[in-house]
Parts: sequence; structure tokens; C-alpha cells
Amino acid sequence: MPKITYIESNGKEHVVDAPVGQTVMEAAVKHAVPGIDADCGGACACATCHVYVDPEWLSKTGEQNSMEQSMLDFANDVEDNSRLSCQIKVSAELDGLVVRLPKSQH
Amino acid sequence: MSTGEIRRVIIIGAGQAGGETAQRLRQGGFEGEITLIGEEPAAPYQRPPLSKAYLKGDLDIDRLMLRPASMYAEERIALLTKTRAVWIDRANRKVRVEGGRELPYDALVLATGAKPRKLPLVGADLEGVYLFRTAADVDRVREKFVSGAKLIVIGAGYIGLEVAAVARQLGLNVTVIETAVRPLARVTSPEVAGFFLDEHTRQGVRFVLGGQPALIKGSDRVAGVALTDGSELPADLVIAGIGVTPDIAIAEQCGLTVNNGIVTDRQCRTSDPNIFAIGDCAARPMVHYNGQIVRLESVHNAVEGAKIVAATLTGGKEHTEEAPWFWSDQYDLKLQIAGLFHGYDRVVFRGVMADRAFAAFYYKGDKLIAVDAVNRPAEYLGAKMLIQTGRTLPPNLLEDMSRPMKELVASAR
Repeated sequence: MPKITYIESNGKEHVVDAPVGQTVMEAAVKHAVPGIDADCGGACACATCHVYVDPEWLSKTGEQNSMEQSMLDFANDVEDNSRLSCQIKVSAELDGLVVRLPKSQH
Repeated sequence: MSTGEIRRVIIIGAGQAGGETAQRLRQGGFEGEITLIGEEPAAPYQRPPLSKAYLKGDLDIDRLMLRPASMYAEERIALLTKTRAVWIDRANRKVRVEGGRELPYDALVLATGAKPRKLPLVGADLEGVYLFRTAADVDRVREKFVSGAKLIVIGAGYIGLEVAAVARQLGLNVTVIETAVRPLARVTSPEVAGFFLDEHTRQGVRFVLGGQPALIKGSDRVAGVALTDGSELPADLVIAGIGVTPDIAIAEQCGLTVNNGIVTDRQCRTSDPNIFAIGDCAARPMVHYNGQIVRLESVHNAVEGAKIVAATLTGGKEHTEEAPWFWSDQYDLKLQIAGLFHGYDRVVFRGVMADRAFAAFYYKGDKLIAVDAVNRPAEYLGAKMLIQTGRTLPPNLLEDMSRPMKELVASAR
């Protein structure tokens, strides 16, 4: 199973086994990684699963879709590598993915 | 009540509100006992996908779970499934569950949710007539959801229309019967309701508006629905989506103040300071709406209640309330709602319905109170932010599509 590393804003790392086909958000929530709220459960309705994708993984995680882009427009501390983790599907290719979490989702 | 005294928390109701409360208590550093009591066989799961992706077969039950079932033991949360709380002894702070066992508490959280209204009709108990609330309800329906089957949906609220959308996508023949003259009558404006009516009609859903079902026909299983005007519609299955009633039986039994839901203060505290109520079963003053006491049925409200109670019980930072939000997925349309539209006196549109991407902004006087955004996430989030911070925008500015929503929000006062 692909492994994903989530790094909290205080530097604490969480390495999680993420089933292929689920999303990067789901894997975090199911393992209670603090810093990803995902109140809407992945319906792209709440913008509380914001992550920064480690630059070297950007080509593999793909681009923001247009709905996601609009949502991120209103999130805090958005960077070029910002994504909503509910919109990134886990694949074998993402084994080793590193994402960083913002200070706050609200 | 100081937090030092609270060693045992019992949560009645293992839906999203109850499940989130247990998790957030632990995340907030609560070290005492947590007992989470639920009637369903499963650990807490998300209900919104039941009438959407789960019904369609795109998600399995594991993906609905709030947390893996194993996590409750790891977090020392005693999860009692298939267990019904039947009695609260407030004087001695005990909850009795079916079978007679009594559990003591220092703080009690009622997250009992709501029950779907049954059709008040002869034949409502026939095989093939379904309510929609639990995963088990949907599992029973799913095997009958096959192309060509004749489905009648009674009730054109969000659940009814979401079910109709999934059914059309799976090739069922769908008729929606609604007693009001338009769909979504309780939850949105005539304009937005008209948009969804047109969309569903275009997708092949037939509507009987202003229709009064008289009885469900059938001998051993459902055969159709008879209306009060004498007409009859054939059906292989009937799904009722005619709203829910808050589950307040146990609150009434123990004498808590109840008025269309268990009444609480802003901290979700009921008329008994040791008992909190959150989620669909509770009514609480809305900070963004002049303290008006409202009972909301939404994920936002479930999570909000959990955050408020967890912050109170752990002595953590007081939770800053979000403006109410809600969503509905139908076909490729994502409807996102922020705020509460009741009492609006003006609606302003940004974008046009024909593009299937527009937002309806609701005003009361010059105050923006709600938005319905269809495939318009920026308008949704922008309006939500404005409502949350008590700001507004002149309606004519919103109609100006040449200015991006973000820029407008930044200029708002």
C-alpha cells in the first residue's frame, strides 16, 4: 500500500498507509492526522483539507481542477503547491508522497 | 462546572455529531472515560453520501466511516453499537440502556439525531416502500435500483431530488410527487427551485406537483400510488423523503426543555447544565442571525456542535462559529449553500441559469443572509465568509460579473 507522509505545521510527521483509490484526505482523516479537518467528507464543499504538496511530487499529483481552484482562492496562506487533499486520488505512483499542512484550515 | 470534575462523558447517538464529539474530546486532551451509545450496528459514518454516491454504488460503507472501527478502542472510546438508551436519571446522573444496565456520567451529550417521517398512508408498510436515513435503509433499496424499474419518490426536498438524480443516472423511470406546488419549497427560493425542476425534467424525471398521495397500492408488495384526485401511478418501489422529526423522546422523558428540538444555549447546554445537545436533535441560538434559535439538519451543524462541546468540556479555546453551510449533488450540479435564507426580501443573481453556473444571493434589507451557488464555489465561499464576518455587499456589485468574487469580498464592509 502506498505510504504518505503528512507534516504538521509544527514539523511533526505522520506516515500513513493509504489505500489506492481513496483520497489523500481520506487516508489522513482515517488515521486522525491533526490539521486536516475535511468536515464535508470529501464533497469539495468545505475547503478544510488544504495541503501543500512537496514540490518534487507536483507532477504526479496533477493539477488543481477548476472547482478546487475557486475554493482555494478563499483559503488561508495559499501557495503555488496548494491542493485540496480530497481532490488527490491515491495511486501506486504516489507511494512516498509528502504533503505539508497549513497552520489552520479556517 | 469546572472541567476537573468531569471524569465520565456519555454520548447518546453515534452519528456524525456523536462520533465527532468523542474524537474531538480526545484530540482536546480529555483523559476520562468516553462512552458512545448508538442504535445502529455500525460505527459512526457520514450520512450525506447515502442519497448520493453510496446509493449510486460509487462508495462502499468503509469509505463512509468517520474513523476505522478499530480506532475507538485505540482511543479508549467505549463504542456501544446496537444499544438504545432508554432512560436518563438526571438526579443521580445515570443513563439506563435497553436491558437495564445503568451507566453513570458527569457530562452527558445528546446527539440522538432525527427520524425520517413515515408516510401517513395505508400501505406505507408494504414491501418496496422505503425510508432514507441509515446505510441499512439504502442497502435495501440499492438491490432494487435497476434500469427500467419504476420509482416513485414522495417529497421533492434535497433527499428526494438527490435520489431522483441517482435513479435517472441508473436508468430508472422516475416520478416525483410533491404536495407543494414546487420542489424544494421549504429550503430555497422559487427561482432556484425552478432551475432544479427544469434540470430534473430535462433529465427525464416526471413531476406531480401539488399532488396528494392517498394510499400506497399493492397486496404483498407495492404496486403503485393512488392520489387524492383519483389518479394512480404504477411503481416497483416507492421512496419517501418527506422530512425528519428530531429524536427528542429521551430528552422529554427526563424533562429537558424541548421546542422543535432540544433547546440549548450557545454552548449547546440544555436546561440541565450537565447535559448538552447537538446535531439534528438540538436547537441553538444562531450567532450570525441575532441569536434566533434554530434547529439545523446538516453536517455543518453536527460538526459545529461537536467542536463547541469538546471545547467546553476540555476547557479549550472557545470555538468560533462558522456560518451555516450545506451542499447537494444532483447530476453534475454541485449546489453549495451558506447562511439561512428564511425571511429574505430580495434575491440577486450572479451568472445565468442557462450556463448551469450561477449564484443566488439572499438579502434582508441591505444585509446578505444566504447564498445558493450552483457550480459556483467562489461565490459560495465568498458569501460564507461575508456572512461569518457580518459584512455585506451592495447587490449591484454582485451582479457585475466583470469583477471576480474574491475582489468583491475583499472590498466588502
